[in-house]
Amino acid sequence: MDEASAPEPDRAEPGDSVIATHALTKRYRGGQLAVDGLDLTVPAGSVFGFLGPNGSGKTTTIRMLMGLIEPTSGTARVLGRPMPRSSRAVLPHVGALIEGPALYGFLSGRDNLIRYDAADPTADPRTRRARVAAALERVGLMAAAGKKARAYSLGMKQRLGLAAALLQPRRLLVLDEPTNGLDPQGMREIRSLVRELASDGTTVFLSSHLLDEIEQVCTHAAVMAQGRLITQGAVSDLAAGARGRLVVTTPDAGEAARVLKEQGAADVVVAEDRVTAEPPDRDLAEVNAALVTAGVRVRGFGVERASLEDAFVALTGEGFDVAG
Amino acid sequence: MSRAETAVPRELGEVRTPSPLWTFGLLRSELVTTFRRWRTLALLAVLAAVPVLVGIAVKIETSDGSSAGPGRGGGGGGPAFIAQITNNGLFLVFTALAATLPFFLPMAIGVVAGDAIAGEANAGTLRYLLVAPAGRTRLLLTKYATVLAFCLVATLVVAASALAVGAVLFPLGDLTTISGTRISFADGLGRALLIALVVAASLIGIAALGLFISTLTNSGIAAMATTVGLLISVQILDQIPQLHALQPYFFSHYWLSFADLMRDPVYWDDLTKNLGLQALYAAVFGSAAWARFTARDITA
Repeated sequence: MDEASAPEPDRAEPGDSVIATHALTKRYRGGQLAVDGLDLTVPAGSVFGFLGPNGSGKTTTIRMLMGLIEPTSGTARVLGRPMPRSSRAVLPHVGALIEGPALYGFLSGRDNLIRYDAADPTADPRTRRARVAAALERVGLMAAAGKKARAYSLGMKQRLGLAAALLQPRRLLVLDEPTNGLDPQGMREIRSLVRELASDGTTVFLSSHLLDEIEQVCTHAAVMAQGRLITQGAVSDLAAGARGRLVVTTPDAGEAARVLKEQGAADVVVAEDRVTAEPPDRDLAEVNAALVTAGVRVRGFGVERASLEDAFVALTGEGFDVAG
Repeated sequence: MSRAETAVPRELGEVRTPSPLWTFGLLRSELVTTFRRWRTLALLAVLAAVPVLVGIAVKIETSDGSSAGPGRGGGGGGPAFIAQITNNGLFLVFTALAATLPFFLPMAIGVVAGDAIAGEANAGTLRYLLVAPAGRTRLLLTKYATVLAFCLVATLVVAASALAVGAVLFPLGDLTTISGTRISFADGLGRALLIALVVAASLIGIAALGLFISTLTNSGIAAMATTVGLLISVQILDQIPQLHALQPYFFSHYWLSFADLMRDPVYWDDLTKNLGLQALYAAVFGSAAWARFTARDITA
């Protein structure tokens, strides 16, 4: 645990990954298998969404990556070093928000950050006040910095937890459900903060159970369910896995459905003035022309992109908010 | 403190080398955090109040000119030295320490030590200290050092409060030792300080025990209650004559040996046994706490 931060040269990271686990497994003492043979690869510079229902093993994985929990078997490398053995070399480069913020209620927001910064051996005490002020500024908490943390709202606590993760320049940010307890305005602010950090080159590992949140900010994603990794990859690839649907809006729905079938579209569904179908393998302009030629009055014609939610349902065959 | 560099670390291995003094920075943070806790201050306030109560009680009881202590009203005799307080306020220091050592002082230590790790786990702050990364061994050492500092502060608070109350309510001057010899007031003050230090050192054992219990659970309250419960149990068992073979190994067995510092010459036998026993407890339970804390899954 106390491996020195000696200048052992950086090992070549396979594929330049910031997090790489191999067959990572955690079985708790009760026999419960929380994480089962996880092979996770987080590319450097990505905003990586870590998805899964509550109880799917996300938090246990994050705790193993942060050296808080010893894996039962398998390996985890963070920033190219094995965890938890290299905690002392790796963790100063990592900012983390794990399972919500935890604060000293009797200390002010500012003093909480000073306390956490004092626990970091690489943090320079001479720049501590300035860095704390900058972190408070960044999460918009400057006005409440002197208030006791006990009096903070959930959203303010969440912001303070984020500020603690931003006390130093980081190479990796691990944010476990960062928008929990925030109002829509706060959520938007956090998302833009995440994008800003990512554009500075920080890799962001973001766990969430909110699909649209992942879809809005992440470049890559992995999906877990019941301790196993279901899929991982670029968000665009994941969504492409579930194909988009052709949507035709028309008052002549019955006729439109007939023409679409004729044109080779499968799984045609009619709902009032909306006809949807799997797009056929031909130029959609021709499909539209065929509709018009058949006298179908077309109000709208287009392909709805598949959402990550569609992809998730396609992968698991179940709704998303099912607790493992 | 010299710094290797303050540049933004981008590559691993290029981290600013922590100054060896960093551990003291963590210790300072720990001390500040502990002593700013309302609970810590309340414990110290209770400890400071004990000498005031004893002083006032003795003053009222002896206002008719009679002497306090044994022989009056068939009472049990009260804590050591209580009979001499009316002659010399300095004896209130010894009395107050003798009155607080069996229970009030170790209870306060039990609360602070029991809360040390378990309280942080309970609040969730432990995981953030560890990913900072404070380092488990260093954090544990820092916690133990802070509990020991609290032992010293708590004892000195009792002694200082007793000295102040004694000076206000009773005369001060040369004093008579248990052996019957006379020593000067300055010499007496020196011995009072020495006694306070020995009393503080007597608490090392329960501090280590409390810290070990604190690593076993995620509930600060449970750790405090267990530590204080053990303290009471041991105090009771120490009174049962059938257990005399075991009693020399109870952390509280030689606690009141500090009175031997008031003999002339000082009788060191039990004093050294006490300090040796405290060191043994610190070694055994300190190692146990370390073994447990460095291997434990932090799930809170």
